[in-house]
Amino acid sequence: MSAATSGWFWKRQQKWAPYYFVAPFIILFLTFGVYPLLHSIWLAFHITSGPKSAVFVGLENFRFLLSDPDFYKAVRNTAVFACFSVFLQLPLSLGLALLLNARWVKGRNVFRFAFFTPHLVGQVFVAVLFSVIFIPKYGLLNVSLHRLLGVGLETKWLGNPQLVMPALVITSLWMYVGFNMIYFLAALQAVDNQLYEAAQVDGANRFQQFLHVTMPGIRQVTVFVVMMSTIGSFQLFELPYVMLNGSGPDKAGLTIVMYLYDTGFNTGDLGYASAIGWTLALIVLTISLAQLKITKTLKPGG
Amino acid sequence: MRRFANILAVALAYTLLAGVAALVLTPLVWLVAAAVKGPDDMFHYTFFSPQPTLFNFRKLFGEIPFLRYMINSFFLAGTTTLVQLFFSSLGGFALAKYEFKGKRVIMLVMLATMMIPGQVMLAPMYKLIYRMGLVDTYAGLIIPGAVSVFGMFLFRQSMLQIPDDLLQAARIDGCSEFRAYWDVVMPISRPMVGAFCLIAFMGSWNSFLWPQIILHNQQRFTLPIALNQCVGLYEQQYGVLMAGTLLSILPVTILFFVLQKEFIAGLTAGAVKE
Repeated sequence: MSAATSGWFWKRQQKWAPYYFVAPFIILFLTFGVYPLLHSIWLAFHITSGPKSAVFVGLENFRFLLSDPDFYKAVRNTAVFACFSVFLQLPLSLGLALLLNARWVKGRNVFRFAFFTPHLVGQVFVAVLFSVIFIPKYGLLNVSLHRLLGVGLETKWLGNPQLVMPALVITSLWMYVGFNMIYFLAALQAVDNQLYEAAQVDGANRFQQFLHVTMPGIRQVTVFVVMMSTIGSFQLFELPYVMLNGSGPDKAGLTIVMYLYDTGFNTGDLGYASAIGWTLALIVLTISLAQLKITKTLKPGG
Repeated sequence: MRRFANILAVALAYTLLAGVAALVLTPLVWLVAAAVKGPDDMFHYTFFSPQPTLFNFRKLFGEIPFLRYMINSFFLAGTTTLVQLFFSSLGGFALAKYEFKGKRVIMLVMLATMMIPGQVMLAPMYKLIYRMGLVDTYAGLIIPGAVSVFGMFLFRQSMLQIPDDLLQAARIDGCSEFRAYWDVVMPISRPMVGAFCLIAFMGSWNSFLWPQIILHNQQRFTLPIALNQCVGLYEQQYGVLMAGTLLSILPVTILFFVLQKEFIAGLTAGAVKE
């Protein structure tokens, strides 16, 4: 061993190196993670006007929040959107992945690439594109529906409170079905082929194979995708905000984060914004834990 | 009979796949068509007009500082990517290849942060950035996001596979720990670096809420903020709006074409156990 690798300096730098390597993360995490998180608890019990003034008000922010009809509207809209994400979008993603995973499918990579492309377009850009696709008379959607089904050209997708949520769901299907499919497809391809062969030997039909081999095989990824979709849906903001240029007619596109942004940054009440943020966090955490619990009880064999 | 049923199923499957692909790609084709259509042709042709024109692009660059917004976005996304790449890979390396006190705590904390929606911290973060005097600066966007937790996970995952003997050999050759990271580990991690760069670049390029809060001066706006303003500005001139959208999504698309394989591998690396 050379002198260089046995000197005390070298031993020291070997011992301390990992600490230096994670130090940037720890410093930034304490400054921009832990501190704001704790500070937001403090803020939630204060009324502020801009970043400089704060008056302690106890639970007043939460009391006001729970009495504000707009908040309930935001929660309802967001929850409806999340339901569509989990119960409509994810089954479509899984179906598409199953189709694409069939052994005889040729051009798998081409399809996968095609389905995935919308994810490259950021939410704001998708929102701008679809705000034009949804316009009456000339928009792609109305023109297509007119040509194919003879429906009138005047449907105001973004001007009719009843149609705002369908428009948002259509847009998010376009954005995310292919993206989530990637996860399902990767999971399906990781399932051991020998398991299918063994099931076939045991006389299992296609459906039984799906139930007893495929489902357990992609369980972990499914839980991951469901949770990520739910958390993502509850953070919905850019899509409706840009597409509707605000919360839309009759606030039909108001979401929890939009409500937070409007009250916190347009009216300058950072305390109230923190109270909304914590309410959002509690909702998301509760749902995530419930989902984990449900998947645990569904686990075969306990 | 059985053979016939099989052919039918295959035909049906391909029809479905092609149908979905068409549904997915049509809006993008429509976007390109609308961007190169003159204002008179806008409502006459559903897709491409026989006379494509650069009218919309000229208007875009002539009437608003669109070039400036593009440069801003490139600068911000490029810088953010490089900074995140360095710190995240360094942290991931430490978590993959060293045993040290506090490692488990760090990993647990990292997992926990992925469960808490970031919007909780929006208000206090704004206050903090304000106190640091970083409102309306790019530093206010780059510094808080300099380390990506997701990136640290990605790099840890891929660096676990690097054999310890390789690092030991580098040490015997007189490499310091940092040199081992820089000269040995990073070159082997090339695919993950590619994947992460694309993910980081996309994240920064497309981000809207935080930049919208921090940036005030029009001169510093990025493409998402600018385009959101254009929606009001060009309410009736859809061609200009579509031209702006097309130019905004082109860079990420090109980058994706270059890094496609690495990207999909990186995306699913954390989710699927090998």
